Amino acid sequence: MNSTRAKPCPLLHLDNVTIRFGGLTAVSSVSASLGDNELTGLIGPNGAGKTTVFNMITGVYAPTEGAIHFQNKSVTGLKPFAITERGIARTFQNIRLFSSLSVFDNVRVAFHLHVTQNTAHSLTRGPKFRAEERDITDQTRALLDIFQLTRVQDEPAKSLPYGDQRRLEIVRALATRPKLLLLDEPAAGMNPAEKVELMKLIRFIREKFQLSILLVEHDMKVVMGICERIHVLEYGRKIAEGTPAEIRQHPAVVAAYLGKEITH
Amino acid sequence: MLPRSQIVLLISLITAGIISASSSRIDDYILDVILGIGINIILAVSLNLINGFTGQFSLGHAGFMAVGAYAAGTLTTGPGKVWFDASGASPALLFPFVLFAGGLTAAVVGLAVGAPSLRLKGDYLAIVTLGFGEIIKVILQNIEWLGGSRGMVGIPSYTSFFWCFGAAAVTIYAAWALVNSTLGRGFLAVADDEIAAEAMGLNTTRYKIIAFVTGAFFAGIAGGLYAHLKGYISPAGFDFNKSIEIVVMVILGGMGRHVGVVIAVVLLTVLSEKLRDFGDKRMIVYSALLILLMLTRPQGLFTWKPARKAITG
Repeated sequence: MNSTRAKPCPLLHLDNVTIRFGGLTAVSSVSASLGDNELTGLIGPNGAGKTTVFNMITGVYAPTEGAIHFQNKSVTGLKPFAITERGIARTFQNIRLFSSLSVFDNVRVAFHLHVTQNTAHSLTRGPKFRAEERDITDQTRALLDIFQLTRVQDEPAKSLPYGDQRRLEIVRALATRPKLLLLDEPAAGMNPAEKVELMKLIRFIREKFQLSILLVEHDMKVVMGICERIHVLEYGRKIAEGTPAEIRQHPAVVAAYLGKEITH
Repeated sequence: MLPRSQIVLLISLITAGIISASSSRIDDYILDVILGIGINIILAVSLNLINGFTGQFSLGHAGFMAVGAYAAGTLTTGPGKVWFDASGASPALLFPFVLFAGGLTAAVVGLAVGAPSLRLKGDYLAIVTLGFGEIIKVILQNIEWLGGSRGMVGIPSYTSFFWCFGAAAVTIYAAWALVNSTLGRGFLAVADDEIAAEAMGLNTTRYKIIAFVTGAFFAGIAGGLYAHLKGYISPAGFDFNKSIEIVVMVILGGMGRHVGVVIAVVLLTVLSEKLRDFGDKRMIVYSALLILLMLTRPQGLFTWKPARKAITG
């Protein structure tokens, strides 16, 4: 690696990431960097490869070429669970809660990364084990409290209204204590009022938990409203990067979304 | 101060000991049925860990039972008998170690069967375990020093009420303890949504293997108890029908339920005794029962709260 030590190292760095499915190049040498405590958006027209990039970061797909570094360590080709262990948590476009578990247990499950107990401890149930379980329970309660889900903590997750399910999914991801949170189209299926709430929530999370957020989103209002940096993909290539103001003016982006002006 | 669960376990063990001391007053046939219930409880509760709580579908529980039965039988009756007699200790004292050895052997086999197949998502485990059950039967039929298809005869009857229900109590405790811990919540998460579980940082393969191997271990113990209860084991006794019988008990009791499964075991074991005259035709009753149940109470007979996991396949 050519380490230019002068620059502060980014939290997440995609280095010429490419993925091919058979003959189709879905994402072609995309490079991008995310800093600490940054709110970044990833946008692009349908089929631009946003979700594919997302899936490569989270380990669903391994890139064909290129490398992904997180906190200066390669996470290229790691399995999803190993990536979450490193500190990247995600939500799903079509909500994937543990639908039959209670709201409480949905969040409590995610604390498993921070326990020292093993199978033998579960069986012997010594004082240390019990203290740890109590600790997890307390932390779950605290987290649910912050997001006003305490009221429904004993309900099965599937019985929650849509907006609450989205929120719960984010809370569950936060319980893994990520450094980077990836949100896959969190505004999908939300009405304008819910979208405003969501934007508030995302900003709040960033402040409260001091983490970076990468947002894959269709809704321009949401992305332009909260993101500090935006990366734009089209046909699997990165065509622009910049602040929301810059992106709005960027000729390539305008062309990608609205079509090119015909010059005679 | 012990946690409440361990106090309950201790009381259960003492109770089993007391009943065991006066078990000679119980009619032989009745005692045989009761001990059969104990063994089935171990089988069903341990399978429930795999099929119910972790949401996998194993069809090879009788296979692990066979491994445990033959391993334990080898020690007390087969080639291990020399060592067993030479130790000079009382058989009653050695019996728990024999059972443990049977369980351990089944667990090792469980690891060998589970490790490759549990990496895959979907119904592969059902197919692999189905095959395993048949393969183990054929292997046992062809090992001459284990009696081949004639089976192993003259196994001493060490299985007392205490060992049977003591082991059942330990199995229930272990299943309960595993499920009610961070590990167990991982089981439930894997059962509910494997992809989401993976995204939460759960190494789903590892969780599935832990559940599967633990289940196999207790099935092995049940096998050891069975061998030393009946005094005779043959490969044909651990066939596909036996595996299905255990699966039915788990489904009837409500997958992922402890108490329901125990009730279902008692009911089905007694029912199957009553239907003994009909021989293999009782499998028809089992199938009919299963179909009826799926149509009317898919969450299990003894489940009042909504099931943790709807049974969809």
